[in-house]
Amino acid sequence: MTIEELEQIQESVRAESAKFDFEVNVCMDLACSSQGSDKLRDALVKAAEASGKKVLVRRTGCMGPCSSGPLVRVDPEETLYKHVTAGHAEAIVSSLGGEPVPALQCDLREHFDKQVRVVLENAGHIDPEKIDDYISREGYKALMTALMEMTPNGVIHRITESGLRGRGGGGYPTGLKWSTVSKAGGDMKYVVCNGDEGDPGAFMDRSVMEGDPHRVLEGMAIAAYAVGASKGFIYVRAEYPVAVARLTTAIREARRRGLLGSNIAGTTFSFDVEIRLGAGAFVCGEETALIASIEGKRGTPKPRPPYPAVSGLWGRPTLLNNVETYANVAPIVRNGGKWFANMGSERSKGTKVFALTGKIANTGLIEVPLGIKLWEIIDVIGGGVPDGHKLKAIQTGGPSGGCIPADMMDLGVSYDALMAAGSIMGSGGMIVMDDTSCMVNVARFFIEFCMTESCGKCIPCRAGTAQMYTLLTRICEGTATMDDLEMLEDLCSTVKEASLCGLGQTAPNPVLSTLKYFRNEYIEHIQHKRCLAGVCNIQAPVEVMA
Amino acid sequence: MSDPVEVKTLIIDEQEVSALRGQTILEVARENDIDIPTLCHLEGLSDVGACRLCLVEIKGSNKLLPACVATVYEGMEVRTNTERLKKHRRMILEMLFAERNHICAVCVSNGHCELQAMGQEQGLTHIRLPYRNPKLTLDASHERFTADHNRCILCMRCVRVCAEIEGAHVWDVMGRGINSVVITDLNDEWGKSTCTRCGKCVQVCPTGALFDKSKIGSDHPKYPDFLPNLKMMREAQ
Amino acid sequence: MSKLKLATVWLDGCSGCHMSFLDMDERLLELAELVDVVYSPVVDAKEFPDEVDIALVEGAVASVDDEKKIKKVRAHSKMLIAMGDCAVAGNVPSMRNPFGPQPILDRAYIENASLQQQIPCVVVPKLLKVVRPIHEYVKVDVFLPGCPPSADTFHTALTALLTGGPLDISELTRFGA
Repeated sequence: MTIEELEQIQESVRAESAKFDFEVNVCMDLACSSQGSDKLRDALVKAAEASGKKVLVRRTGCMGPCSSGPLVRVDPEETLYKHVTAGHAEAIVSSLGGEPVPALQCDLREHFDKQVRVVLENAGHIDPEKIDDYISREGYKALMTALMEMTPNGVIHRITESGLRGRGGGGYPTGLKWSTVSKAGGDMKYVVCNGDEGDPGAFMDRSVMEGDPHRVLEGMAIAAYAVGASKGFIYVRAEYPVAVARLTTAIREARRRGLLGSNIAGTTFSFDVEIRLGAGAFVCGEETALIASIEGKRGTPKPRPPYPAVSGLWGRPTLLNNVETYANVAPIVRNGGKWFANMGSERSKGTKVFALTGKIANTGLIEVPLGIKLWEIIDVIGGGVPDGHKLKAIQTGGPSGGCIPADMMDLGVSYDALMAAGSIMGSGGMIVMDDTSCMVNVARFFIEFCMTESCGKCIPCRAGTAQMYTLLTRICEGTATMDDLEMLEDLCSTVKEASLCGLGQTAPNPVLSTLKYFRNEYIEHIQHKRCLAGVCNIQAPVEVMA
Repeated sequence: MSDPVEVKTLIIDEQEVSALRGQTILEVARENDIDIPTLCHLEGLSDVGACRLCLVEIKGSNKLLPACVATVYEGMEVRTNTERLKKHRRMILEMLFAERNHICAVCVSNGHCELQAMGQEQGLTHIRLPYRNPKLTLDASHERFTADHNRCILCMRCVRVCAEIEGAHVWDVMGRGINSVVITDLNDEWGKSTCTRCGKCVQVCPTGALFDKSKIGSDHPKYPDFLPNLKMMREAQ
Repeated sequence: MSKLKLATVWLDGCSGCHMSFLDMDERLLELAELVDVVYSPVVDAKEFPDEVDIALVEGAVASVDDEKKIKKVRAHSKMLIAMGDCAVAGNVPSMRNPFGPQPILDRAYIENASLQQQIPCVVVPKLLKVVRPIHEYVKVDVFLPGCPPSADTFHTALTALLTGGPLDISELTRFGA
């Protein structure tokens, strides 16, 4: 494979699509396909054949606004249709070339206008199982450029220059990590992709793996070239069967095209990727636990240092990044580090994908430049809180994150600002809560999650989260005392400071942030046996045996 | 990585000490009679950093490090007994006492138990946390030993000694989080497992969770001191 | 100087702590110089007095009756001392917690009874679902763990408390001691 050959493929894809007058793209991501978008596609194919028009019906990955699904986009007009069913297929096909179908039209201009798509640039535009579709949109060009025109250090420099930070949650500077691994000694190094997305309400990585799998492979291959690795692993949770299937297909196609395997593009660089399935343990998203799991051991974290960059998979230097981090690599190499660094805020560069869920009009996947104000995400992109309810808080960062109250919506979304507000960026879950949410109950929900997902290795996380859950349950049930509240705060401090890995260290965040911003709700539960949101059904305690 | 200086000097609790490159803070502290509490650590076994009792403060860092695995560096300033550390240690011990059903008065290890002694050492007079009182099993199927999960603190010493020293790897962990338990083989009865009956796990168990059936009352001191020597002899071979 | 009023209370425990208290032997006479025992299983008072200076409580809270008693004791005592592991930590009475009270009642009144197999419904107080140490119900000022705390422990601790001297309980005793 050479750059010329890539361009030939691009040409042939263009020539092929020139045969069609219209492209009807059907979103086949989980949310849409669960509402029958596969039947819809079949109906569209049938209607297109019957009409005699030159129509290409294409399945694509997630288009974004999942709550409006199933979604269909007609190109070149870029008309977006919402809530489309198989019954609408004929109407859509017959409208091609004329006026769009008004009943189905979806006006989400404001939703899309504020977004900047880097990671999701291909989402909704390519068939994820066709490598040529990816190549036609500049796919693998970055890898070729890196291999042909850049030194490994040059690649690392470009990543460093971009200011990209780890998208898995920690926000560690990606360039620094790559540089550490590249300097580590040894003849064998590994590149690992963390696709063990486990936060409740988060599906960014799934969408990327399902909708644009080659982007991940290309990012990994570039990373492998940069750090001197020849073997890669993608660790995907087994609950993502579609992602696994798409990645498997992508790896097979990339190997066939010579974009993975020995002597890629005729150079001395060889790199291949294997998929490893996670068995559904949240803690395996923690890097040392993930490595143990790939090695076939029980997925429990290890104290760091040594960091995986020095001693990782089977004791070898290992580069471990998240799906979204790798997905940013190809565009950075293609467009330059400065291009990326021009987006975003002071210390948080580029864009970030968020899974917007909860009490918000437009739920789904969004990609925004960092630094964007929270209200822009909620009111403009998200379309506000529906049904006349009032916004109460936004929970970011999954179970390790915190709740940001409604009066802080002027906050710019960046790693540091979220941290200062008592939450974290995390992997990109964003749950919107309105006045029907009880914040104590919310905190209890997340602590219950951390309690059941704790690996059990270290005591603060294993027993501390369980104790926190007990005390939060007492508060929710109206049997707690103010001493219990004080105990809860002491527990938070020990679990945060003494736990072995990130899971335990961040587990108290939902409690700490709700205590910080919604302390009155805790007090109401304890002293007045009242749940302001009307969620907790507080009753007189019955402890006496019948 | 290529650091030519073998000897490091550092300060632990205002005391200047010297150490070899690669030594852990705990090793150096114990060489100098500075006490750092531990439960999961046992000389002769690999370290897992799980009990978090040996956390220490390092000057210039807000993060607490486990002394059993953190290695020394030149000029390091370690504090092992600050108020912050004592507070966490006390809380961790309370978590352990409240986690399962530790009834010292009726335990074979009463008076020889590392958890009990640690509680006293750290000034624990009562447990502020609510007791969890889980329903746990007792496995008396083995002809010589009994495993009482009510008393297990999941230090994983049995798992490590069985895998690393005996080489049998009969013990392992099942379940997640608060529901974790140590098991023999694939959760078979101990008596029907591939146990070699060497008894090392019983000797290293810090509490009365694993005990010898021939002992009665609280007459069950344990002798884990064979480990470092055994390990040294093996390495010499 | 008027003598301090001392009470001792017996909740769900084996009375071993009271026995150990009495094991102070001749030192009890010294103690009697300083305190009046106004309420105790070993004296003939039926009602807990209104004002007590020091209350020593043995046993865990296991029944509705225990719960009522401990609250009353707390309300009328200046200093409350949890005496022994049952009061401090639940100890042996709390061993029923993983099973709940029903199997215990069945074993006592049905399985092991040869006559009149019936769980009593009057006089015998109803059991609480969970046996708990007393500090889960009321504020406790001093904890004296041990099963039982030794006579020496009692002597040293009470002397310190009565004379205002320094007291390091961990030096004296521990759980299960």
